Amino acid sequence: MNTVVFSVVIGIYGAATLLYVVYFVRPAEALCKAAGRILASGFAFHCLFTVNRYLESGYTPITNPHESLSFFSLAVVGVFLAFQWKYHAVILGSFVMPVAFLILLASASFPSAVTPLSPTLKSGWLAIHAVGAFAAYATFTVAFCAGVMYLLQERYLKKKLLGVLFRRLPSLDILDDINYRCLAFGLPLLTIAITSGSLWAKSAWGAYWSWDPKETWSLVTWFVYAALLHGRLTTGWRGRRAAILAIVGFCVILFTFLGVNLLLPGHHSNR
Amino acid sequence: MNIIVVGLSHHTAPLEIREKLAFESNGIEAPLRELTSLPDISEGIIVSTCNRVEVYAVTRDIAAGMARIRRFLAERRRIPFSSLEPYLYGYHGENAVRHVFRVAASLDSLVVGEPQILGQIKSAYGYAAEYGASGLVLNRLLHKAFFVAKRIRTETRIASSAVSIAFAAVELAKKIFDDLSDKTVLLVGAGEMGELAARHFITAGVRGVMVANRTFERAERLAAELDGRPVRFEDLLDHLHKADIVLSTTGAPHFIIGTKDVAEVLRRRKQRPMFFIDIAVPRDVDPAVNELENVYLYNTDDLQGVVESNLEQRRMEAEKAEEIVADEAGRFLSWLSSLEVVPTIVALRSRFEEIVRSEVERTLSAWKGISPEHERRIDAMTSAMISKLLHTPISVLKHTGQGGRIDLYLDALRSLFDLSPEMQEVDKDNGGDGDE
Repeated sequence: MNTVVFSVVIGIYGAATLLYVVYFVRPAEALCKAAGRILASGFAFHCLFTVNRYLESGYTPITNPHESLSFFSLAVVGVFLAFQWKYHAVILGSFVMPVAFLILLASASFPSAVTPLSPTLKSGWLAIHAVGAFAAYATFTVAFCAGVMYLLQERYLKKKLLGVLFRRLPSLDILDDINYRCLAFGLPLLTIAITSGSLWAKSAWGAYWSWDPKETWSLVTWFVYAALLHGRLTTGWRGRRAAILAIVGFCVILFTFLGVNLLLPGHHSNR
Repeated sequence: MNIIVVGLSHHTAPLEIREKLAFESNGIEAPLRELTSLPDISEGIIVSTCNRVEVYAVTRDIAAGMARIRRFLAERRRIPFSSLEPYLYGYHGENAVRHVFRVAASLDSLVVGEPQILGQIKSAYGYAAEYGASGLVLNRLLHKAFFVAKRIRTETRIASSAVSIAFAAVELAKKIFDDLSDKTVLLVGAGEMGELAARHFITAGVRGVMVANRTFERAERLAAELDGRPVRFEDLLDHLHKADIVLSTTGAPHFIIGTKDVAEVLRRRKQRPMFFIDIAVPRDVDPAVNELENVYLYNTDDLQGVVESNLEQRRMEAEKAEEIVADEAGRFLSWLSSLEVVPTIVALRSRFEEIVRSEVERTLSAWKGISPEHERRIDAMTSAMISKLLHTPISVLKHTGQGGRIDLYLDALRSLFDLSPEMQEVDKDNGGDGDE
């Protein structure tokens, strides 16, 4: 049953992504409404899928690449829907949805079979650690998209290239505000993920921190975003600089998540 | 029943003439009553704005109706007819309908797409409706015009791009700041152009305005007018950090705001973005300021470029808008002619019945000894003849319905049988047909 639901989610996200991209080219009220509704229904199905998977396997379904990427995609869509609902940032969807859809497709490319959980992962820490980490990644993904949009819009304004894209993209202030809000939510979530991971490591292996590649790179990620937040609050790192750091941070996340899990040995290795 | 338009606008008449002809809205009742009491005019609306004075009317006789309105305008506003006449234009039929639609949709405006005209037409219609000057046809025409204006606004981007430099500056500011309600404008130089631009920003809802000028008194005066705060020119750089938008318009021969000044100001502002609009010639702000992060500098030429690209885009959008106008005008005209179908049928039938009845009566009155039974039979026979004779023409009229030919048929019938159908006011209060 779950594979059917998963295919439905892929279909709906695909359709919603298409609508958001079309909306970017041809804005129309009806299109925007339709895209929002379709995406919300897809999100509901995706939640259903995730809960069902939890009931089926008996553990938080964020243990293998299939589950992790699926949850990542779910979180990105959730964060975007929250922004759309709160700030009417519909155009953001034209950038975020392709990313969310790609993540979901990546998830689908990994085997989806429910496997018995390895003993080290059997812990109450799994839920808080993994959910925290992916929620943080999702907000940073949205910040990344807003950053790309900011750099485009800023370039258009500076170079006076006031074409169709310029007209469609939101104002710099809105994009910068999205960056800030993502940061304000994402950094505490990442802190929770790292702290809980450390406590979990203590109970599982007896040491809080062992400089495994994932730990190191998570710390790098944390420092990038902490530096950005600090810069924002004190010396006014905003706009272009904040956008670039959001993009850099996202690249570090990609490396932490994909590179470390798939290439380097360690606790998080999926090799 | 014809719709006619007589008037003048910025296209045909200079300001002096438009001023003389303008009607005041609070004294509009008397002219409206006079207009509709003219012999050939059954309905009328007077539209008077600073760019146009127009009368929309319904008449039986196009030429006579137009002539009456021309004379009405000249006499009412006490302008010699000969000096007014060359500026007046007149439209009837499809052109009149299209003209009303185009005006309401702001396609005929001085600044195409400006939104005020629709409100002005709505209030002109409001007065006409209030004083009973508009009726079935104009009610429908104006409701349709509002609908067309709305359709054009939603389906084309005719109204969405800026045309004047000041307006372009406001639009750009909205792309930088989004919300202008917590932003402050600093106007440097109290010239006319700067004042105009500052007023645009005030209309757009900025929080406050500061005015700096070499002669402080002039800054004070303009600041009072704009509800802002005057700033001494010598202290300009000390106040610069408080401004989000700087409008510079001085006659200074050299740059008055340099890169170092702005970099320093940005530090004080914690890098909050600034938008410099330099509409002074020669320029007031060092162009290198644009290279600084979080600073956007636009000069007159840049803004002119925005305006021109908007105009180009607007021309393309205007074509779409004209298609909508033509489409809706066609629909309105077929409604207008369908309005006359039923009365024409009624008039045609009664014309036949009238002739038959008088002939039958003449025959019967000279026919001695005819029995009531025979009289009844003759009546039945003549009624049947009328029905059969009229069956084909009536069904053709009913089924031709939409399209241009119905007008030909109606005109032909009216002149062949000398008919003057009374218009049926079946849906007087219902101006729309559900699509508004």
